[in-house]
Amino acid sequence: MDRWRKISGAPDDGVPFALISDNAHGSVIDAVSRAAREAGARCGQRLTDARAICPTLAVEPSDQAGDKAWLERLTGWTRRWGPWTATDGRDGLLVDTTGVAHCFGGEDAMLADMQERYAALGFAARTAMAPTIGAAWALARYGGKGANVDEAGLRSALASLPVESLRIDADAAMLLRRVGLKSIGALADMPTLALARRFRSLGFARTFTRRKTDASANPLHRLQQALGQIAEPVEPLAERTIYRARSRMLEPIRHTAVLEPVLIDLARDLCEQLFADQQGLRRVRFEAFRVDGHTQALHAGTTAPVRDPDHIVRLFGEDLEQLEAGFGFDAFALTALLHETMAARQSGLDEEPPEGIAVSELVDRLCARIGPDKVHQPLPRASHVPERAVEWRPAMQGMDADPQVPVLPERPLRLFDRPEPVTVIYATPEGPPRRFRWRRVLHDVVKVEGPERIAPEWWRERSNVRLRDYYKVEDQAGRRFWLYRGGVIDDGRGGPPQWFMHGLFA
Amino acid sequence: MPQVSAAAPASGQPTLQEAFVAPGDASAIGLVLSQIQRRDDLSLLWVQDRKAMREMGRIYLPGLLEMTECPVIHVAAQDGREALWAMLEGLKCASLGAVIGEIQGDPRALDFTATRRLAVAAERYGVPAFLVRVNGQPNLSGARRRWRVESRPSLSHLYDAKAPGAPVWSLDLFRARDMPPRRWEVSYDRAAHRLDLVPATGDGQVEEDFRRAG
Repeated sequence: MDRWRKISGAPDDGVPFALISDNAHGSVIDAVSRAAREAGARCGQRLTDARAICPTLAVEPSDQAGDKAWLERLTGWTRRWGPWTATDGRDGLLVDTTGVAHCFGGEDAMLADMQERYAALGFAARTAMAPTIGAAWALARYGGKGANVDEAGLRSALASLPVESLRIDADAAMLLRRVGLKSIGALADMPTLALARRFRSLGFARTFTRRKTDASANPLHRLQQALGQIAEPVEPLAERTIYRARSRMLEPIRHTAVLEPVLIDLARDLCEQLFADQQGLRRVRFEAFRVDGHTQALHAGTTAPVRDPDHIVRLFGEDLEQLEAGFGFDAFALTALLHETMAARQSGLDEEPPEGIAVSELVDRLCARIGPDKVHQPLPRASHVPERAVEWRPAMQGMDADPQVPVLPERPLRLFDRPEPVTVIYATPEGPPRRFRWRRVLHDVVKVEGPERIAPEWWRERSNVRLRDYYKVEDQAGRRFWLYRGGVIDDGRGGPPQWFMHGLFA
Repeated sequence: MPQVSAAAPASGQPTLQEAFVAPGDASAIGLVLSQIQRRDDLSLLWVQDRKAMREMGRIYLPGLLEMTECPVIHVAAQDGREALWAMLEGLKCASLGAVIGEIQGDPRALDFTATRRLAVAAERYGVPAFLVRVNGQPNLSGARRRWRVESRPSLSHLYDAKAPGAPVWSLDLFRARDMPPRRWEVSYDRAAHRLDLVPATGDGQVEEDFRRAG
């Protein structure tokens, strides 16, 4: 409203006036002048309703995109008070004042300074300072002028404010009013568990119908944010640079074989851009634009930030041949989809680069060629069930150089992905095997160690999973196997116990 | 007990060694691991092709930790060609402790040129390479040392006569560039991480005394 007034050299506040925008249900009021507010017009009201109350209401279309851009510029200007500033919704600015208030002579003086300077700009600003974003939001919009509360006074300062001040949507506010909770104080006095139970379902229903995000529909979440029980970060307004290298061809390229020099040029260009900003890329996309309007894209990822053109080219390697040239490519682009800070590094005192490649580069190449789901680092995990004692962490997530070594009884070097059934001859049903047939070969058992009984993890598995008795057996040739018997007779979890081959010892 | 000098030629150049083994016999894996230093910050690259993984099982970390504490990068290759490519890439990475590949049968991609390429890369970058051939034919190969490995009945267990003791492997070095072919029977000493020779005709008492003496 103030911006509009500034631009159009506006009528004074005495005339009822509103800015409107059109949506699916007709014209809706976005902002009103003081006279219009006194006459009964409200933000969010339909224009026809407002006209019924105040027939003399003058309207103009609002410029929401312009407002947004203006607000972002204003956010930049607001950095004079604190470096960590952000836009908040359509009409708010957030400043993280941690450790900056003393530069302006204390918090109250700072708030007064803000008021003054915005007034000088021609804006009506409502300011408030509080330990949390939620509380500051509420106090600025619903509290008195220039409110400043500290940690101790937070609860009492918020208590008298209406529930709408919790940054919840209209439906949730209406619901709270219906159940008789009109102020934040009343809401805060309710047991948390009861509120959680009531509004969890509301939040779920909302996300299910995709009408609103979860947070604005859940008063409990907002309340805890306002009281500082849940952390809420300020997302500062910062520029995001897109690193992208492009090239156009005079003649369309119809053979994929000549794509590599193009890619090398692009990669060099991109790496120069990255180097200028001390960045390294983690994910990269190579796009080839065809003459006939099709686009072909290749993706590649890396485990560590990369700024080496040769390495980037290698990641695409043989995939380039999979591109279908059709009538030919006439433009190419290489975009860094994800980048991270990467400081310049000196590898050694002498300028000679070390021979070969680094482990992270190796992992990148393996993942690019064989597939990221095929390259893993096994790590120990706390479980006594053999197949669960190993975590296969994708190597793309970075290598753990020093895994914690657990203390375990002797384990085989090899484990089969699926235990293979064997037929067994035994002296006693509970005893070790005498002879067994595995993969159609008969093995005589010469030496046995065991059993080692491993019970199922009942907190994770179904109740009919059977315990296992593991035996380390050696056959007549000296091969050592890890056999187990699934279950014992009459354990009530299925028929007679079965035998399985699970692993091999060296 | 003498250390098997042939089996631990680490003083020389790291190179490509090939070990042939029957399916369901993990002795070759034991031999490979006994050739790698136990405690090291360097990672191992372990490439298995799909068939080898089915025949021999997947590497199992709790078992590996008894023989080596190096971090492992495991690659599940689709076939022999992919496994050989992954091994060759790995050998270019000089900061790896070793590259171990397991290939089942005799894929077409595994010919003299491929093995020779691996051997040259291993020598150039100084990364020891091991090629475990499950159920393979010892055809022409560029490997510098070629072994045939088999399990033998284990030594007697110190405390339990019925239980299998320290593993014993029969190593048959049937082709080597720097030494005449030979055979050994060795047992793996886990505490010292080394291979010990086993007398062909077991003298139970002597053996027992040695083991007690450590």
